[in-house]
Amino acid sequence: MTKDECKQVVLDIIADIAPDEDLSNVKPDVRLRDQMQLDSMDFLDIVMELRKRHSIEVPEADYIQLASLDSCAEYLTPKFNALAG
Amino acid sequence: MNHSQESRIVITGVGLTAPNGNSLPEFRQNLLTGVSGIVRKEIRYMGSQLAGVCNFDTLRYQKKKELRVGTRAGSISIYCAREALLDSQVNFEALPKERIGIYIGCTEHGNVETENEVYNISKFNYDTKFWSHYHNPRTVANNPAGETSLNLGITGPAYTIGAACAAGNMGLIHATQMLRLGEVDLAICGGVSESVHTFGIFAGFKSQNALATHEDPAKASRPFDRARNGIVISEGGGLYTLERLEDAQTRGAKIYAEIAGYHVNSDASDYVLPNPQRQAECVRASLKRARLEARDIHIVNTHATATPLGDIQECEAIRAVFGVDCPETFINNTKSFIGHAMGAAGALELAGNLPAFVDRIVHPSINVDDLDPLCALPGLVLNKPREVARVDTILNNSFGMLGINSTLIVKRFVP
Repeated sequence: MTKDECKQVVLDIIADIAPDEDLSNVKPDVRLRDQMQLDSMDFLDIVMELRKRHSIEVPEADYIQLASLDSCAEYLTPKFNALAG
Repeated sequence: MNHSQESRIVITGVGLTAPNGNSLPEFRQNLLTGVSGIVRKEIRYMGSQLAGVCNFDTLRYQKKKELRVGTRAGSISIYCAREALLDSQVNFEALPKERIGIYIGCTEHGNVETENEVYNISKFNYDTKFWSHYHNPRTVANNPAGETSLNLGITGPAYTIGAACAAGNMGLIHATQMLRLGEVDLAICGGVSESVHTFGIFAGFKSQNALATHEDPAKASRPFDRARNGIVISEGGGLYTLERLEDAQTRGAKIYAEIAGYHVNSDASDYVLPNPQRQAECVRASLKRARLEARDIHIVNTHATATPLGDIQECEAIRAVFGVDCPETFINNTKSFIGHAMGAAGALELAGNLPAFVDRIVHPSINVDDLDPLCALPGLVLNKPREVARVDTILNNSFGMLGINSTLIVKRFVP
């Protein structure tokens, strides 16, 4: 999985948990919370959906890695690739 | 501020969603033209069942995300509360939000959400790490009222009243009490139900041999008919704005009706079987509080759910109170159209009758092809609406499991 593909995976999840948001122009280097209405429960949703859909576990200490699309890709891509391997 | 036990409390707004209507005019029209709201619905583990399902516009007052996070009962409450506020024409923006109370009757809450989560983790080998973090806010008993307070920014007391199927009346009764105590200046009150989304309610009634069956969904809910065979479960909501009369008059509000009297009591006799003696006591006590005689009541809206025994027992109670010398008392039933909307039942059933103060028409109890002689009450309005000489009072019965009884009387507003 490439980092761009990983970002799309995260965006697909966000599209479901924040269905009122326009995701056509999300800036990858800006914190997700700074560009859309996401609260702490929504981030738990992202964690849950990664677990449900992709068997990816994100420990609580690593939640900060999900701040932006770029940081998501940086953190999650190796996890996806490890699973695929 | 002038308020006391003698304060006159009036209904100034109505918001509702029923299986056959999403506004009072639509609901009333369908009650007068015999339009049922019962359909077939797929119920988890049980297949196709008869149910009363609402089709209000869920996105009128909520965002998609609110719908995803919240509950169906919350959504119904928000829709009904906002419709009631609009109908009341109160200047909501100008009201102190801490002086508004939300009192919502519920038969149950949390079954739907808990069943959904158990079903969800069943797909993951019952591993509870897949259990939603929304489970607790969705299932707390105050959920429907809490979601309504969030949606409207109301900071006064907002809670639910658990009173089985007597709950719809209880919302109005409690609001009346709180207005008289001066706790709030405006109450949003009534009852809601999301029960068609829980298989447990269906399965429970089926195990009790109390779930209706019929080839034709529209004919399935048939209180008082000899062939009745049980309850049709429904969802819905009926919320009202209640105010002290002086407040309503000060702002020139339209007044639907005045709260005339009420009573709540308990059978203390059985988990599920009703007790006609206690029901009759409840009705008599409500009449006493309203300073009315039985013959002064023009419409009695029955609770009857179409169970073989329950209908007979309520009729016994009504006969004991209204059986003699009540020539202007007419009796009907709303569940025959919409099924049993559980916590919303009392509130919806009152709403369906309120327009009778204007048109003097008593909506009927439909689906009575062969009247059970044990339910043959004088004044029963069957199958066709009946125009009557006058409608100045409506008495609404709602009873529930564990033996809770509620009776509410409203009267035509006379300044």
